Amino acid sequence: MLHTGRWRSWLFVGPALLLIVFFLVYPTIMTIARSFFGRGASLFGPNTEFVGLANWHYIFTNNIMLTSLRNNTLWAVLFTTCTVGFGLLLAVMLDRVRYEKLAKSVIFVPAAISMVGASVIWKFIYAYRPVSMEQIGVLNAIVVAVGGQPLGWLIERPWLNNICLIVVGIWMWTGFCMVIFSAAYKNIPRQLMEAARIDGANEWRVFRMIILPLLAPTAAVVATTMVVQVLKIFDIIFVMTNGNYGTEVIANRMYKEMFNFFNYGRASAIAVVLLILIVPFMIVNIRRFAAQEGGR
Amino acid sequence: MRKIVMLLLVGLLLIGSSAIAADKVVNVMHGWPGEQAPAFQKIVDAFEAQNPDIDVQVEIVGRDRPAILATRLAGGNPPDLTPHPWIGLMKEWADNDQIVDLTGLVDISDINPALVPIGEYNAGLYGLFIFPNVKSLVWYNPKAFAAKGYEIPNTWYELLALCEQVKEDGDVPLSIGLESGAASGWPGTDWIEDIMLRTAGADVYDKWVNHEIPWTDPRVKKAFEIFGNLFDRGYVLGGEIGALTTNFGDAPDALFTVPPMAYMHKQATFIAGFINDHFEGLVAGDDYNVFVLPTITPQATPDGSVPLLVSGDVVTVFNNRPEVIKFAQFLTSETAANIWSTELGELSAYVGATADDFDNPITRQAQEMLLSASVSRFDGSDLMPGAIGAGAFWSGVLDYISGVSLDTVLETIEAAAQDTY
Repeated sequence: MLHTGRWRSWLFVGPALLLIVFFLVYPTIMTIARSFFGRGASLFGPNTEFVGLANWHYIFTNNIMLTSLRNNTLWAVLFTTCTVGFGLLLAVMLDRVRYEKLAKSVIFVPAAISMVGASVIWKFIYAYRPVSMEQIGVLNAIVVAVGGQPLGWLIERPWLNNICLIVVGIWMWTGFCMVIFSAAYKNIPRQLMEAARIDGANEWRVFRMIILPLLAPTAAVVATTMVVQVLKIFDIIFVMTNGNYGTEVIANRMYKEMFNFFNYGRASAIAVVLLILIVPFMIVNIRRFAAQEGGR
Repeated sequence: MRKIVMLLLVGLLLIGSSAIAADKVVNVMHGWPGEQAPAFQKIVDAFEAQNPDIDVQVEIVGRDRPAILATRLAGGNPPDLTPHPWIGLMKEWADNDQIVDLTGLVDISDINPALVPIGEYNAGLYGLFIFPNVKSLVWYNPKAFAAKGYEIPNTWYELLALCEQVKEDGDVPLSIGLESGAASGWPGTDWIEDIMLRTAGADVYDKWVNHEIPWTDPRVKKAFEIFGNLFDRGYVLGGEIGALTTNFGDAPDALFTVPPMAYMHKQATFIAGFINDHFEGLVAGDDYNVFVLPTITPQATPDGSVPLLVSGDVVTVFNNRPEVIKFAQFLTSETAANIWSTELGELSAYVGATADDFDNPITRQAQEMLLSASVSRFDGSDLMPGAIGAGAFWSGVLDYISGVSLDTVLETIEAAAQDTY
């Protein structure tokens, strides 16, 4: 009986396992292996000699790669803080607004736009025209209207252009964070807050002592999701600056090495770096999720 | 009702049978989504009319074609042939045995012999030169020039003096657009290449393209400085940021506003398509015209003539089948060249083409330059490996114009070059 049971469970898990091995495990192992070989396309073709750690050495010494690593860190800090922060604030505040649904829908809309579409929209917002011409970008139109000089929002390095790009990301993802927070917030028993208020707690105290601790697990999940999102960030950069002017990020670099420069070895090494960076956050996320599920 | 259905069925049957009749298929991938697409289709139609048993299927990939080709090649499913300008990439394909050596397969007697060597590599022929472009052209608005009494400059100093004059008159001399999406920076590489040819000469240019001299060489540095100097002198519309944010296709627009926002624009022959598209009814020769970017150091060419920067498309064949070779052969023919140049006002690589064949005064002028130039070189960034010619060089120009120190820029490109060549 026991034997057939085990056999049967393998039968059920088998196809899924097979698919995962074929589409996930095998490519991952190949990519890791590939990162120690030369630039050629096929492992058995030309230019694929074993190069040891050369690709890895490149990643941690090359200027552009270092800029990418710096920018991804900047993204991770700014983007995550802002999306999670604004998302939380909006979720709690909009709960008290009369047109909650409408307001939330409006804020959520950017999440429904494709990344490329949003990037194109923002490229127009940041557009620059020489002073002698009519400004077509909203931001520069405002700057000129109040008597300023038009700015190259996406050109001025190292901070302005990176921050302008991160703003696009925040605009896209805040709505998503808000929706998750809102769902969690509505799950908090109202009695808890009412009891605190009756005991004389002001709104700030209620937020800090009751809402925040109860939303902490959600915040952790949302934050890790956002960090993973940011480590993979590609579309915004690809469309708006293509990594020029010191805005390069890891994923765009990987794309360039792979599809523009055809350096398979190096692109694989960059892919593995991304994987290594993302895995800890995924583990945290899964643990949280498991703990939550177990607690129910 | 029944009759209509019957007719439809018969029609379908006819269409079906004609598709079956053309049992040989040639898959072509090209990267011209714009007005060139119908012109290319006319070439295809002409070929199919001659060869009813061959069906040419055209696939247009307007963006990221090298990436798509790489994926298709890796998957063992490349198109049969493709016209493209990436000589550097073509050499990589040849190294990997991914393309067909056309020596002996195609009769190249229809191609202008001066242009044939561009498609040669390692004693093989991997690209058939078909559609040339002259890059060293400065576009201007003759009416605006006449109104101000400006004259065509014959030397670099006259060009700078003209720029100074325009500036003193309170206008902007040059419009430069370096933005081109994921390919941003390439118009700047054309400037550097043209300046290199005019200051260091063709031999040094070849060495530079093949990375036999480093990017930090003073002659390369000088070329960048001469380009950067145009910005420092305040000759460029919108300054550095203006050039960096203006799309190359929109840059010539400034010449045709009233009053003109800029007076000159350097770009290849193909830009006429953009001008006609943005301003209907402009007449080539009357409303817009070209002069060749003048010499800088006349000693750079043996006879002191103006060197010419050329680019263009070569046909590369991935699959060696008789019908594919036949179509490749046809693309080099006079018929194909004529369709292309009459439809688009583009130049001809056909051996018998003369300047007088063209009605369009600009095409005539450019074709004359192409045929008579004593020194001409192919676009260097297209000859370099992708990581340089479509990578570090592009971003290097953008970095330089956006304010990074020239030494840093050149050292960065040099580091990338050392790691690529």
